[in-house]
Amino acid sequence: MIEVRDLVKTFAEHRGDSVKAVERVSFKVEDGRFYTLLGPSGCGKTTTLRCIAGLEKPDSGEIEVSGAKVYSSINGTFVPAYRRPIGMVFQSYAIWPHLTVFENVAFPLRVGKHRFRNEEVRKKVGNALEQVELGDLGERMATQLSGGQQQRLALARALVREPQVLLLDEPLSNLDAKLRERMRVELRELQRRLRITTLYVTHDQIEALSMSNVIAVMSAGVIVQEGLPRDIYMRPRTQFVAQFIGSTNQLGGRLLRVQGEGLGVVRTEVGEIACGLMNDLSPGADVVVVVRPESIVLHRKRPAETINVVEGKVATVMFLGEYLDCSIELGKNVLQTHQPHSLQLRRGETLWVELPPGACMALPSENSSKES
Amino acid sequence: MSTIALPRNVRNTVPLLREPALLVPLVGAGVLTYLAILPLFMLFVGSFQVEVAPREFALTLQNYKAAYTSEYTYSTFKNSVIFAAGSAGLTFLLGTILAWLVERTNTPLRTIFIPIAVVPLILPGVLESIAWIFLLSPKFGYINVALMYLFGLESAPFNIFSLPGMIWAHSVGQVPLAFLMMVAAFKSMDPSLEESAMMSGASTWQTLRRITLRLLMPACGSVLLILFVRTLESFETPALIGIPARIYVYTSEIYLAFNEFPPNYGRGAALAVGLLLLSAAGVWLYTRSTREGKRFQTVTGKAFRPRQFDLGPWRWVGFGFLMTYFLIVVLLPFLVMLWASFLPFFATPSWDALSKLSFENYQYLYGFRPFWRAMQNSILLALMTATAAMVLTSLVAWIVYKSRLPGSWMLDFLAFVPITVPGIVLGMALILLYVAFPIPIYGTIWVLLIAYVTRYIPYGMRSASGSILQIHSELEEAAAASGASWWETFRRVTLPLLRPGFAAGWIYICIVSFREFSTSVLLATGESQVLSILLFSMFEQGQVTVVAAIGILMILTLLTIVAVFYKLSGRVGIQA
Repeated sequence: MIEVRDLVKTFAEHRGDSVKAVERVSFKVEDGRFYTLLGPSGCGKTTTLRCIAGLEKPDSGEIEVSGAKVYSSINGTFVPAYRRPIGMVFQSYAIWPHLTVFENVAFPLRVGKHRFRNEEVRKKVGNALEQVELGDLGERMATQLSGGQQQRLALARALVREPQVLLLDEPLSNLDAKLRERMRVELRELQRRLRITTLYVTHDQIEALSMSNVIAVMSAGVIVQEGLPRDIYMRPRTQFVAQFIGSTNQLGGRLLRVQGEGLGVVRTEVGEIACGLMNDLSPGADVVVVVRPESIVLHRKRPAETINVVEGKVATVMFLGEYLDCSIELGKNVLQTHQPHSLQLRRGETLWVELPPGACMALPSENSSKES
Repeated sequence: MSTIALPRNVRNTVPLLREPALLVPLVGAGVLTYLAILPLFMLFVGSFQVEVAPREFALTLQNYKAAYTSEYTYSTFKNSVIFAAGSAGLTFLLGTILAWLVERTNTPLRTIFIPIAVVPLILPGVLESIAWIFLLSPKFGYINVALMYLFGLESAPFNIFSLPGMIWAHSVGQVPLAFLMMVAAFKSMDPSLEESAMMSGASTWQTLRRITLRLLMPACGSVLLILFVRTLESFETPALIGIPARIYVYTSEIYLAFNEFPPNYGRGAALAVGLLLLSAAGVWLYTRSTREGKRFQTVTGKAFRPRQFDLGPWRWVGFGFLMTYFLIVVLLPFLVMLWASFLPFFATPSWDALSKLSFENYQYLYGFRPFWRAMQNSILLALMTATAAMVLTSLVAWIVYKSRLPGSWMLDFLAFVPITVPGIVLGMALILLYVAFPIPIYGTIWVLLIAYVTRYIPYGMRSASGSILQIHSELEEAAAASGASWWETFRRVTLPLLRPGFAAGWIYICIVSFREFSTSVLLATGESQVLSILLFSMFEQGQVTVVAAIGILMILTLLTIVAVFYKLSGRVGIQA
């Protein structure tokens, strides 16, 4: 279990001013869960992870790892990194180039307070290497391994001490696309098998959505939304989350009226749109209606008895193999949509765009210029 | 953000003794201040004093008056500038042509030339000057004699005892440096920049003129500047050729002030302050011009696969240039030194002289005590300096780049200061310091050790920080995350990873300490005699063939050190 309470970390800049990297962040990772901190670079996710690892010293707050306080600003506790029950995989893998594969993995067993006998070291290292399918490469120099193998080696080294908690700092970002996809599955399988509490940091939404039990989206040093992957994707609570996770169309407007439970009508430049409502929005509020490209339905003829239908013109069509990526002009607005590749569309063609109310969501408007 | 967190207990009120990570920077700062700042301070103070270590302190400007308003002031200034500018220009020209031929053209045999071009680095500057005196002296210089004989000339065509002679003798010794710097500049140039010029329709020569040379301009400027400063600081050629020829530059003026009877320390110090300011200005300009590249050059300097220019039939001209350079500049000084070392007295090569060749000089040296003492001192100093300087700079580099202690940039600055201090100025400063200070090391090899370590700290810093920066901080953090404490991390991860840079810096400092001249000339006496100074004084006394034998033994010793080093480092897997 990891518990972080009111974590604050600022970095001193060269000219005396300081940057708040993490601003009162609190969250809890239950035993055996896979928890992901997701956000753009500079959002404070890596700093949070490094504070938990003990590589950074926070300014204030409290950090508990598997029941033991490792940091607390209240009574000045700070357990140094090498005394914390953690294993960590770094973005660069941090494989020591002067050691063999075996010695890299054996290192954690040979330093610190609890040392192991050679026999035990050999057994534990062997097991760890087996787990990541590097069993027969022990005598190689670490630098002779390929990128994917180095990544697994880093994982074996992090696991060999059987830590309570596994910290992963963008471990897949240095791999090529194919390998990344495979490692995603392998990593998750390994975590399930070992049932080890895992904190994962990434800027890649696909990684976060596909691997996590729980995702916390971070921006500018704070957690803006925490939830199950499906909820984060389907029900973003802020414009930032909607924009950052997946691709999103946005239509600015003003909330006209609220209709019952979480539903409302928004007046936008393309007309009135019925949609789901987030938070406690009251009529008259500036809102943004967001809708995912794959939720948009296209019609050749105006469908009867359907609401949220707008006339549009096909601006561009791109064939991407899996689907068609089209943009459709609705007056001054342009909507991005993904359509099945069987659909035949021509540029300039006029058609009817349906924005299903269940897939549209009105969110309070932020000053969107800085985020997009 | 990119560093390992130092283990620190917040509640510990006396953290220093328990925290090596905090103690080390303080000691480092102290040592560096002592080595780099204190002597300069004493020099500055001394230049305003009537006598060394006065009983009462009285400010005076008379030293500056004596130094800068004499009848020689103007000629010294003129000679210094001509000598430095001429050498910088000639060295740069030769080095750039060599680098371009080797790096960027299809000149035949250019690849085997790269190691050959660097060979003269092993030849100490004192020997370089002596060899060229042997070759170009108007009375007995071999080249002069040969040309007079061949063309029936009345008088010697060359005179080494002139400003052009000084420029030549100094330049040829510096060419390897310019060569290496220009090779690096050529290497770090993105070939696609030239290729896109060609794709835009520019011919080979247009590309060379309008793209290649333009892109190289900043690099050329900084190379010229550093060569200028180094020449200004040098004393080998001014001592061996300049002083007999009565052509004085700043370094020789300082030396002469010191050699007056009684020594005029005040005037020497005043001259030294002036030279120091000049050289500091040069270094300041240099770092400004290379500000972007300097610090990270060695680390992230990306090496590209260079484009090669097809010289066509001109490649044979290039080949001729390489061969001429090799024969005259690399080989001839060695040969003449070797030849002279077997002669009982200096003579031109002839059948008659051939019959006189003997090992007499070497036999003489075998029983010559001062030689053995100097040899022992030089070897001892080289080994101690290299080790001390590299240990010190490795720690300092770690503090500067890895600990994020506030103010650690100060250490970087302190370690950089000695690069602005000309060798002879440092010698002067150390005399003033240790004559005034009640530490009885003046006249021993310990003062030389201090001088050498001080001089070569910047070089050590360069290789140490190069490899420290290459150590990704996550490598150290991974050790901490694996349960290793600060010392365990430093010992088991940082130090082993540092080894290549340590070794490279060590061997370099070892070589330059062994041949150090311009600081030792003021500090080495009697018991603390070193080889380069022994050479100098015996040459002044006219024992030229014995000097040649010492020179040969010196070169052999250097080669042995390098060979042993490569053998050892090869075994532990270091590519220095």
